[in-house]
Amino acid sequence: MSTDTFQPIASRPPPESQLGWKAWVRRSFFDGWGNTALTVFTLIALLLVVPPLVQWAVIYAIPDADNDACRAAHGIGACWGVVAEKGRLILFGRFPYEEQWRASLASLALVVLLVLSCLRALWRPALVVAWIGVLSLFFVLMRGGVFGLSPVETARWGGLPLTLLLSTVSLVLAFPLSILLALGRQSHLPAIRTLCVLFIELVRGVPLISVLFMASFILPLFMPQGTTIDVLARVLIGMTLFAAAYLAEVIRGGLQAVPKGQLEAAQSLGLSYWQTQRMIVLPQALRLVVPAMVNTFIGVFKDTSLVTIVSLYDLTGAVQLALGDADWRKFFLEGQLFVAALYFVACFAMSRYSVWLEQHLNTGTRRQ
Amino acid sequence: MNPQDPIIEFRCVNKWYGEFHVLRDIDLQVARGERIVICGPSGSGKSTLIRCINRLEEHQQGELVVDGKALSDDVKVVEAVRREVGMVFQQFNLFPHLTVLENLTLSPMWVGRIPKAEAEERAMQQLQRVRIAEQAHKYPLQLSGGQQQRVAIARALCLTPKIMLFDEPTSALDPEMINEVLDVMIELAGQGITMICVTHEMGFARSVADRVIFMDQGQIVEQNAPEAFFNNPQRERTRDFLSKILAH
Repeated sequence: MSTDTFQPIASRPPPESQLGWKAWVRRSFFDGWGNTALTVFTLIALLLVVPPLVQWAVIYAIPDADNDACRAAHGIGACWGVVAEKGRLILFGRFPYEEQWRASLASLALVVLLVLSCLRALWRPALVVAWIGVLSLFFVLMRGGVFGLSPVETARWGGLPLTLLLSTVSLVLAFPLSILLALGRQSHLPAIRTLCVLFIELVRGVPLISVLFMASFILPLFMPQGTTIDVLARVLIGMTLFAAAYLAEVIRGGLQAVPKGQLEAAQSLGLSYWQTQRMIVLPQALRLVVPAMVNTFIGVFKDTSLVTIVSLYDLTGAVQLALGDADWRKFFLEGQLFVAALYFVACFAMSRYSVWLEQHLNTGTRRQ
Repeated sequence: MNPQDPIIEFRCVNKWYGEFHVLRDIDLQVARGERIVICGPSGSGKSTLIRCINRLEEHQQGELVVDGKALSDDVKVVEAVRREVGMVFQQFNLFPHLTVLENLTLSPMWVGRIPKAEAEERAMQQLQRVRIAEQAHKYPLQLSGGQQQRVAIARALCLTPKIMLFDEPTSALDPEMINEVLDVMIELAGQGITMICVTHEMGFARSVADRVIFMDQGQIVEQNAPEAFFNNPQRERTRDFLSKILAH
């Protein structure tokens, strides 16, 4: 009998040609004719575009609010002075000038809370209390009329605080509503299912502008005579319903992706319908649709700019208001770029957060 | 309740999937502590039969009594029955977003209303019983198939059920992992719990079962003690089936 013992082959490092930055550059940029041509083409395009852009935006730009210098440089260099001159008007719209510290403070509180809410370690019941507290503080600061603060009617709220308020409140309210709608759409009870389908299809089937108009002009018709709801509240209701319909469909996609066996296991363990949804189905469904949900969040955030049609001046509305001034009207582009940059920072942050959240939530739950 | 009464009783139970008659006039009594193996070709209704016991499937005709409670649409009855019935699935169906320990404590905490510390202590006992306690803080998908199925058995045992249902528990496993699961099941069978097991592991049936049931086309074709069932099948259909699965 032979003494045949199994001898495993020792692991060796990969060949030299697969390692180092040179190999990486070759693999990434010069991997075959097509790839090399694309790299060269991209380099040339960058050479053509970047230098003039830098000249306009940086080298010949006027940073000060000097109207004459700006006019002289028009077409050659950017006039960032417009931001210095009109910045507060863009950021706060028609909010009374001397009370704008209140709007800043309110926005700051909301932004801090938003950032804190992103941390998973703080996802606990106290966060709900914090939200109620901060939103109350926001309304007190903005609206005034108490604690010796002069009252400011909601029609004069504008700029960044308005954009923040519209997007956060409508999303915070739309999220639980959309979960109920998505679950309702899958319900075994025909009445509930039909209602949810009708709502989702109706709201999703019309443009947000129409929803806002309806919320603004038709909603009051259903109210008892003599009562009026604030235009801001009406817009908030409209945006909430609109965002909920979209989110509901995103979440339904996640619900359908949870295997049926998960439900059966939960049922066999005696969990009730709501326990099953809350502890088994939704945690799995929601983490599957994080990218799609953040996509909807970003969409809603930018859609808040449509409220200008019912005479609320959010960031985009406020910038048009600010640049109505004949002296500065020429530098419309710079003002718009400033606002676009603000939007971009917020949206990019959301996007990165979604990537992080997805990885963070999936730790350990996927096979490596 | 008389301990002599059957713990599960099917009285002329029928079920349809749309037009398809999946369970036909099922009459079956299971005694307390009895260990039953159900076999039969795929589509014969054996999984559907045991899934009716904890009402993952609804029967549409006849009467099905589990632990003295007649199953109906009544949610209270269904939840009470499910508390007494543990189930192990072919695909394990562990909750991938919860750790092994959390998988085990979920039901005791939320259904049994047991404090967390006690639920965890019980869970660790069950994990030791299936010899996997050291994996308690891992996530299910970090374990092998055999380990996952043993966790699933431990999870089903955490509510201290009177009845355990096994729906092809080894069919999705790699061959080298089948025995570690069967060993746990054999051990469990020695402890007096009522077991109904859909499986094609005939060695398991021979060594553990009190009774083997053969189903085909939604009916119970033949049932007998394992020795008699394997050595002296009475019906042609049973002989035919056994010759196919015992050929190798």
